[in-house]
Amino acid sequence: MSDTITLNCLGNGSIALVKEVVAEGLTRRRLLDLGLVPGTKVEVIRRSPVGDPIAFNIRGAVIALRREVAGKVLVSPWG
Amino acid sequence: MGLTYQSTGQLTTREMFDAKSDNCDYIIALAGNPNTGKSTVFNALTGLRQHTGNWPGKTVQRAEGNYIYKSHRYRLIDLPGTYSLLSNSADEEVARDFICFARPDATIVVLDATCLERNLNLALQVMEITNKVVVCVNLIDEARRKKIQVDAAKLSERLGVPVVSTAARSNEGLPRLIELVSDVASKRVCPKPQPVSYSKDLEEAIARLEPRVRDVIGKDINPRWLTLRLLDGDTRLLQAIENHLNAGRTAPVVHGRRRDYSNGA
Repeated sequence: MSDTITLNCLGNGSIALVKEVVAEGLTRRRLLDLGLVPGTKVEVIRRSPVGDPIAFNIRGAVIALRREVAGKVLVSPWG
Repeated sequence: MGLTYQSTGQLTTREMFDAKSDNCDYIIALAGNPNTGKSTVFNALTGLRQHTGNWPGKTVQRAEGNYIYKSHRYRLIDLPGTYSLLSNSADEEVARDFICFARPDATIVVLDATCLERNLNLALQVMEITNKVVVCVNLIDEARRKKIQVDAAKLSERLGVPVVSTAARSNEGLPRLIELVSDVASKRVCPKPQPVSYSKDLEEAIARLEPRVRDVIGKDINPRWLTLRLLDGDTRLLQAIENHLNAGRTAPVVHGRRRDYSNGA
């Protein structure tokens, strides 16, 4: 297994697999509801001009996450 | 006409949601993720006979319309598009409260055939609250273009509720949807959703708590679902229940500590 980093550290265009969601409470619920469960493939689509939020392709939908929220998702780079 | 707010000082839940049942036979809720063509289904079923506005006390869009099938009048309520019923945004609370408290005669869950996986989350959540569900796999034309095949019969078997594939844009499958909704609303068909089973710890906790929830709440709200929300520590829902059930009828359901199951769920 390759290194674990957080979702906000990925560069544009890169793909990663979700390993764990470390958020708690409603944020955790929200992330899981969006489909960010372990094993999910996530692609970084683009960043806003100031670098936050970041748009991801999650299970076929483009979803923007704030840096602090994306930082609660542990991923391992894929491919 | 029965008792009204003026005569009793209390709102019945259906009145509160303004889904008056006096001039229609069945109330049907329409739920679904954003961008699944939910509004297209809504428009196709109700045509121009619809009213738009806001949900009481919320800045959330609300649309309702009527249609007639085999001389029964159906009122269709378009719920906000959500990924979930549990994360407590204003949209999700509206959708959850309607399904939970207004208890529609049937709920249509519209899914996007091109990404079923993400959409089924909401369907399962709705099916945990109510068994009166019809699943509408929409955008099937889009899916065909992407070479995705959806086996509606198999999906129906696995979920335990009626499933129909539709392309609301071209009216494909909608007559069948109307038929299935009528079957469920009139109780000719009683869907039996496959219950979602949780980890051993959680199931034990449910088994212990559920009978007590059932004693307090009766059959108005699915006791298993409510038990799960109590274990979740969903205080917003408890608040909503207190507001919606008649004052004085609700006693505090749980006191004391709760265990943290968030990692086992």
